[in-house]
Amino acid sequence: MQHKIIDAQEVVIRFTGDSGDGMQLTGTLFADASALYGNEISTFPDYPAEIRAPQGTVAGVSGFQVHIGQTEVKTPGDYCDVLVAMNPAALKANAKWAKPGASIILDLDSFDEKGLEKAGFKTLDPIAELKLEDYHVIWAPITSLTKESLKDSGLDNKAIIRSKNMFTLGMCYFMFNRPLHFTEAYLEKKFAKKPQLIEPNKKVLRDGYNYAHNIHAIPNTYRIEPAKQELGIYRSINGNQATAWGLLAASEKSGRPLFCGSYPITPATVILEELAIHKGLGAKTLQCEDEIAGICTAIGAAYAGDFAVTTTSGPGLSLKSEALGLAMITELPLVIVDVQRSGPSTGIPTKTEQTDLNQALYGRNGECPIMVMAARSPAHCFDTAFYAGKYAMEHMMPVLMLSEGFIGNGSEPWKIPNMADYPPINPPIIDSCEGKFCPFERDPERFARKWAFPGKAGLEHRVGGLEKNEAGAVSSDPLTHEKMVAARAEKVARVANYIPELEVMGEQQGEILIIGWGGTYGHLYTATKELLSEGRSVGYAHFDYINPLPKNTEDVLKRFKKIIVCELNSGHFANYLRAKCPQFKYEQLNKIQGQPFIVKEIIDAVKSL
Amino acid sequence: MKYTPQDFKSDQEVKWCPGCGDHAVLASVVRAMPEVCEELNYTKERFVFVSGIGCSSRFPYYMNTFGFHGIHGRATALSTGIKVANPTLTVWQITGDGDALAIGGNHFIHAIRRNIDINIILFNNRIYGLTKGQYSPTSKLGLVTKTSPYGTVEHPFNPGALVLGARGTFFARSLDSELKLNQEIMVQAAKHDGTSVIEMLVNCVIFNDGTHLEFSDRAVREDRTIVLRHGQPMIFGKNKDKGLILDGLRLKVVNIGENGITEKDILVHDAHSDNIGIHSMLADMKYPDYPVALGVIRDVADKTYDDNVRDQVIEVREKAKIKTVDQLLHSGATWEVK
Repeated sequence: MQHKIIDAQEVVIRFTGDSGDGMQLTGTLFADASALYGNEISTFPDYPAEIRAPQGTVAGVSGFQVHIGQTEVKTPGDYCDVLVAMNPAALKANAKWAKPGASIILDLDSFDEKGLEKAGFKTLDPIAELKLEDYHVIWAPITSLTKESLKDSGLDNKAIIRSKNMFTLGMCYFMFNRPLHFTEAYLEKKFAKKPQLIEPNKKVLRDGYNYAHNIHAIPNTYRIEPAKQELGIYRSINGNQATAWGLLAASEKSGRPLFCGSYPITPATVILEELAIHKGLGAKTLQCEDEIAGICTAIGAAYAGDFAVTTTSGPGLSLKSEALGLAMITELPLVIVDVQRSGPSTGIPTKTEQTDLNQALYGRNGECPIMVMAARSPAHCFDTAFYAGKYAMEHMMPVLMLSEGFIGNGSEPWKIPNMADYPPINPPIIDSCEGKFCPFERDPERFARKWAFPGKAGLEHRVGGLEKNEAGAVSSDPLTHEKMVAARAEKVARVANYIPELEVMGEQQGEILIIGWGGTYGHLYTATKELLSEGRSVGYAHFDYINPLPKNTEDVLKRFKKIIVCELNSGHFANYLRAKCPQFKYEQLNKIQGQPFIVKEIIDAVKSL
Repeated sequence: MKYTPQDFKSDQEVKWCPGCGDHAVLASVVRAMPEVCEELNYTKERFVFVSGIGCSSRFPYYMNTFGFHGIHGRATALSTGIKVANPTLTVWQITGDGDALAIGGNHFIHAIRRNIDINIILFNNRIYGLTKGQYSPTSKLGLVTKTSPYGTVEHPFNPGALVLGARGTFFARSLDSELKLNQEIMVQAAKHDGTSVIEMLVNCVIFNDGTHLEFSDRAVREDRTIVLRHGQPMIFGKNKDKGLILDGLRLKVVNIGENGITEKDILVHDAHSDNIGIHSMLADMKYPDYPVALGVIRDVADKTYDDNVRDQVIEVREKAKIKTVDQLLHSGATWEVK
């Protein structure tokens, strides 16, 4: 068979296997190698909550989808061109994600009677059972070839079998004409302290590559040329890492040491882990006894003068609600990061959703509006976290940053910014005052109070959860309470004077305005582009700022005949807009499946209006 | 600078009930703090008083220092954040038996486990006062309250056992009305590096009047309590004729001069001993079998959490190759598009 190289604009590949098969690593290495090669990438880890669910079952399948391209890549792709399935369960769970006629690479060794039975196949012919006859199925005895490849390596059987993902990766590198040296360099670094593992891993990677080349079972390989990107230095980054780094950047710009009080929770834990690594940048991280201690230690640290943050996911935000009210009434700077996951309660912890918006906006007792921002992509988490820190410190208030499992775990290439291009952060710190210090005196522009740390003579004052007057004395006077409630709300509303205006992609006025917020950006952007290319009159407005809304929101909404709000919940943002801008009619596209949108769903919804 | 108690009093009206034990503790604190300043060369602006919710938690408003009146149960977490953010501050936490041991129990034991350098005064009146008379985790079994009209059916905590169970490094106990002893203990707590817990037995005149009276009554106090001081024999009683000895593995009350017992046989209090067993036995002593132990029961040195956090940051910082965020952004694998 003559081997043909096809030049492709973009390709989606999905690695799937048992949750112990190392598919997350395989996918990450493939994505990193592609990013280093110069492709645009977007990734989507899709894994079960159990660390090791029953082996070989559908419940234990872990997947990692990578979308690579030489043009703009904004989503991990709806369906894949190549599906790798390391066992029958993985095939069963993921066949539905393969495009018609896609290539499917299977580990022949795992498709025995026992494996098929565990995966719930009724026959011994999974291809027929799943109706995959028209797909290009490549049966490769990956396990036995890995054993053969490493029989003289000196590794034990368990370690050898664990390396089969490297064999698979090698096969994929051949299929997509990727160079091996990026991954070889990674292996050298990763196993620097266990050098005996370097050569075997490299060998099995090469053997996988050569095997794919030799078998001639792969008729076509793909070449995806490097993307035409803006000049500069790039790196790959995931959303949780970008969040941590954005917080560190805000700490550096403000000169306030970073304090993170937190508690491990999926899918936000990586932020705490990442901050814990960077004590070298002065970050103090406390893994607290619970979520409440996470936010309360942070509030204490904010009172004492640190840039305080707490990171969590939905259930943790519920636990932090009361303390969030305390941060609001004491008017202390604090960033709360919520990496949303599927709920309610424990829900589906590893799956993405946007169902915490109502909680973020309203989930507290009393009159307690707070600033809410949302990140749109993995790299955008950096800017969102940085500006959350800036607004929190300069306006003396808690700021809630919404992220999502999808972007927290997902990664994309990022043109590395220069910190000199970011604005300064100037918190209203006070060192002394004439006469008695009034803690709740406000600056007339922002309505922010002064930040007076303990340790400064003459500034002794008390804050707390009880309502107070401007001088800081406890007060239950009816009119004082009403005045203070209004002042705190006004402070949040006035942030609108400092945030950027809402931008519209595509038509600036016309038939349909697509509205989104948060991590649906990539899908909504891609759908809009396709609709525009079909000549449809659509615009797309993406809200990075939710409370307060950008000042020109009404101006944008009134320029379109129809508005559709697309979100991964039952309509939280649509209802919020109904309350804020009631003069418009809002259509909705909602999905609550623990999965991101599919571009086609959005296009169909818009066309059906 | 020399301070007087007046320097530590705020201009706020004190709103506790007349006769409440909290007044005496406030008086003890404003007297002790000038002494703390003198002994440790502190200035007033370094003091932060932190509290949760409850009658006693109004305390920070009555002090002319930095203060944070938090939310129910969370004072310990607030204190932890303040101290870690700025270890040069001297943090005093005011809490009650409900605040520290019920809703805030988790934070309380973990602060002690970490040995963060804060001073906790636990006002134990064995009742919920601010919510008007419900039983607390230290209420005696069978206590009739609004939420236990037929008597409680649960065993109380002994705060000392909880502190020592979490391997606390400082535990002391006192009575609201023992102003001099309170001051002495507070100065020692301030000097102690690590979590200092002072259980202050306080009387609630409205909802649980006389809860400690069986041993706190002035008429019997000297016979029914023992004040422990490091290095001194464990002798008590109006006539200084009673003492404690070890009988096998248990403490025993003896009368000096009877059965050949002399002062030499009496145990000498070693608050600095790492042996938590004897401190636990002392903290556990209950009237009528034993005198109730007052004074500093345990005071041992150990590294503090806030020091450990700070030292680790300094150590990592010295070795770190990444010193700025720009360097961080360029760390690891990068590529250039030319």
